[in-house]
Amino acid sequence: MNGALPRAGSILGTPSARAGLLAITAILLFGALAPLALPDPAAQPDIVSGALQPPSAAAPFGTDELSRDVLARVAAGARVSLTVAAIAVALAMTLGALIGIVAGYAGGAVDAVLMRIVDGALAVPRLFVLLLLLAAWERMPLVALIGLIGVTGWFGTSRLVRAEVLRLREEGFVHAARALGAGPGRVMFRHLLPNTLGPLLVAATLAVGDVILLEAGLSFLGLGVRPPTPSWGGMIYDGRAVLTVAPWVSIFPGLAIIATVLSVNLLAGGLKAALSPRDA
Amino acid sequence: MTTLLEVKNLRISFPGDAGTRVYPVDGVSFVLERGRTLALVGESGSGKSLTALGMLQLVPAPGRIEPGSVVRLGETDILALKGESLRRIRGRRIAMIFQDPMTSLNPVFTVESQITEVVHAHFDVSRGEARDRAAALLEEVGIPDPLARLKAYPHQLSGGMRQRVMIAIALAGQPEVLIADEPTTALDVTVQAQILEVLDGLRESHGMAVLLITHDLGIVAGRADRVAVMYAGQIVESAPTASLFARPSHPYTQGLFGSVPRLTGALGRLSPIPGNVPPPDAWPSGCRFRTRCPIVHPRSEQAPPLLPVGPDHLIRCWLAEGPE
Amino acid sequence: MSAPLLMVRDLVKHYRSEGLFARKAPPVRAVDGVSFEVGRGETLALVGESGCGKSSVGRTIIRLQEPTSGEAIFDGEPVFQLAREPLRALRRRMQIIFQDPYSSLNPRMTVGDAVAEGIEIHRLAGSKAERNERVASLLEEVGLDASYARRYPHEFSGGQRQRIGIARALAVEPSFIVCDEPVSALDVSVQAQVLNLLRDLQERRGLSYLFIAHDLAVVRQIAQRVAVMYLGHIVETGPTEALLSDPRHPYTQALLSAVPEPDPSAQRERIVLTGDLPSPSNPPPGCRFHTRCFHPLRSERCRTEVPVLRPVHQTEAACHYAETPASPLAR
Repeated sequence: MNGALPRAGSILGTPSARAGLLAITAILLFGALAPLALPDPAAQPDIVSGALQPPSAAAPFGTDELSRDVLARVAAGARVSLTVAAIAVALAMTLGALIGIVAGYAGGAVDAVLMRIVDGALAVPRLFVLLLLLAAWERMPLVALIGLIGVTGWFGTSRLVRAEVLRLREEGFVHAARALGAGPGRVMFRHLLPNTLGPLLVAATLAVGDVILLEAGLSFLGLGVRPPTPSWGGMIYDGRAVLTVAPWVSIFPGLAIIATVLSVNLLAGGLKAALSPRDA
Repeated sequence: MTTLLEVKNLRISFPGDAGTRVYPVDGVSFVLERGRTLALVGESGSGKSLTALGMLQLVPAPGRIEPGSVVRLGETDILALKGESLRRIRGRRIAMIFQDPMTSLNPVFTVESQITEVVHAHFDVSRGEARDRAAALLEEVGIPDPLARLKAYPHQLSGGMRQRVMIAIALAGQPEVLIADEPTTALDVTVQAQILEVLDGLRESHGMAVLLITHDLGIVAGRADRVAVMYAGQIVESAPTASLFARPSHPYTQGLFGSVPRLTGALGRLSPIPGNVPPPDAWPSGCRFRTRCPIVHPRSEQAPPLLPVGPDHLIRCWLAEGPE
Repeated sequence: MSAPLLMVRDLVKHYRSEGLFARKAPPVRAVDGVSFEVGRGETLALVGESGCGKSSVGRTIIRLQEPTSGEAIFDGEPVFQLAREPLRALRRRMQIIFQDPYSSLNPRMTVGDAVAEGIEIHRLAGSKAERNERVASLLEEVGLDASYARRYPHEFSGGQRQRIGIARALAVEPSFIVCDEPVSALDVSVQAQVLNLLRDLQERRGLSYLFIAHDLAVVRQIAQRVAVMYLGHIVETGPTEALLSDPRHPYTQALLSAVPEPDPSAQRERIVLTGDLPSPSNPPPGCRFHTRCFHPLRSERCRTEVPVLRPVHQTEAACHYAETPASPLAR
């Protein structure tokens, strides 16, 4: 892959990439606009008779045990899950890019130390660390959780960026910049960073899928996003109790997770293909 | 002289913008004769390398060879062959060597296995016999200590050595025709001299016809019997070497000569051709060189055919019919 | 004769294998004691084949790489001793243009930004308008349209990109430019255009060039003096016409003999060197060329004693037997 950003047309090169882009756009729009048309996800119109209704014209995804419209909740959950993922990934990518560029450009001892830290961190299972911290910090605020997910997710990216930088470092334009008198800061941020955006974008897209799954998993365990804030993982958790009588309460959030992660992965695949040197 | 291979009206197309097609090789014709070298000269974008690939049906997708193109080896039209019969031509009757020996050799196989692979593909011989042939080929291309070298891997050899190995691989099938696509461009000038000596010697001893693709007029002067100059997908001048150098007649050829720095003779300012080579989707209509030509000919909006200016000397230019 | 603009003495550059756990491999002795001068407004060509060290010389004298030892005096200043700030100031006066037009421009920067980089780094323009004006005039000076400033490198051909690289180097108003094989990757007609441009710029701006190349015919077009390198040493140096007409070092003769001349009637017997280039990490003792030398007077002395550059006829050559021409085939 080269570092150039793909042309808009080339991302849509493969049918699967087009499908991915279309799907993720639909999901984003759904999350953004649905609350305008749908009932309040927290509204519980008729607790007794409206609960656990199967999908119908009035409630296309059915209702849950508190008579809340599942479709509305899935849409609200979309906003939460995607926001968590976007912020956490942005944080992780920023950290990873910074460390990767510095390690790759500085080389020598700096590089060695940073990469050993990364190696060590990669050896520790992320979920394990998060669970430990969540168990230790009762009622951790969502902001802190997003921060932790971000801070535990930059290691692989730093290696990726470092590899790109090692390659770019020997390119003519980097030598030219140094010969013109550019200092390390200018070289790293004006020349190296923009050329790593391609692989970084692919990594970020894939990371979004990872974080959605991670957050869903934590929420499912009751540790992630706490009620009443809707989240897909939390909804699956809530729906466990009524799985046999009202499976739709868990199924639809589950499908939402699958659809989102799948479309994000397809989009990442399209980006990667668009970046490959085939059309260089 | 015996004609071994004839290329007639070779056209190769690639998809352009918005469903159109462009023709980076647009009606190329020439013949290759036993024991003689034809040099195909041009700059980047002229279509010379693509022509060579087309001759062996190696044009990369999404390019395709247009109907009406003929590449006749003896009685057979190679372009009509497929599958097994095409494989029997490649390497066995026509062989090709490429520009960059670094990437043309497989790094994970020894020299021996890369040569014997070709031998086994085309001849039914034992492994011992194949190995002997490989050693003999290495010696023929001037590699000292061939038996030891057989066991070497490409990365253990210098650029010049690797190119010699490539030539040995090409010869392993005992071809009648050898296509050499810029075989020395990636090599130092002293190594280049060595490789060209080897190629010349082999052409004579094996009686092969050689198609030498190059941009270097110096190599052409020394090693080619006949020259065809390509510009924008077409041959614009074709002549025996001595004629071409004595009387370059197409304005593009003249422009090339004006651009080449000389080691001897008067030292003057170079007079390059103004502008750049246009890409295939931006070729001028009519005479493709007219936008850069110092001469403005009244008929230049009509595409000129190849016209004679001397014995066996043709140019694609209306000037052949008399000065304007 | 005024003092030379650049004086290089005993420049050495060795490359060692990197890493904490690298084996004790011998270093690559790319440049092993090279000395030369470049005068004001003149071009010295540094010629040789791959592995001779010429590119390393170019990069080291502008401190893109640090030398292993030696000194370089530019306009009275000791280049290798300069601290960060004075070195940055020096970078305005010594510039470089590169061989590969496809990697020497940042694909994510517009042409205008690329050309303006030096102007920004050294704060040479008071306002954005002034910066843009300078960029426009530089582009025109190298034969490109000023409107190209808004475009990206991938929209241009190799020759045009080289011109952009030249404009970029000129932006800081250098007096000396290292030209590292600037035309080797270009087609013949484009090569001629760029060579003419470099010559015109030299005349107009009084520039000095260290012109690194492997093609002697190209060198003849632009250099007043030539230094021929082989395996990290300069083996012969002198005025261009003299070196080309009466070379005294066997390697120079072989090099000249190998250059294909575009004239069928001038075809001559060629000196074809035997063997391969020795490895720069393990150069032959004594005269480094002795393993491939064809001089009739070659002797034991060549294997043991390193010859020194000394005046022989019209050039300086590092050969014990330079007084006698090595070969009747020599040009």
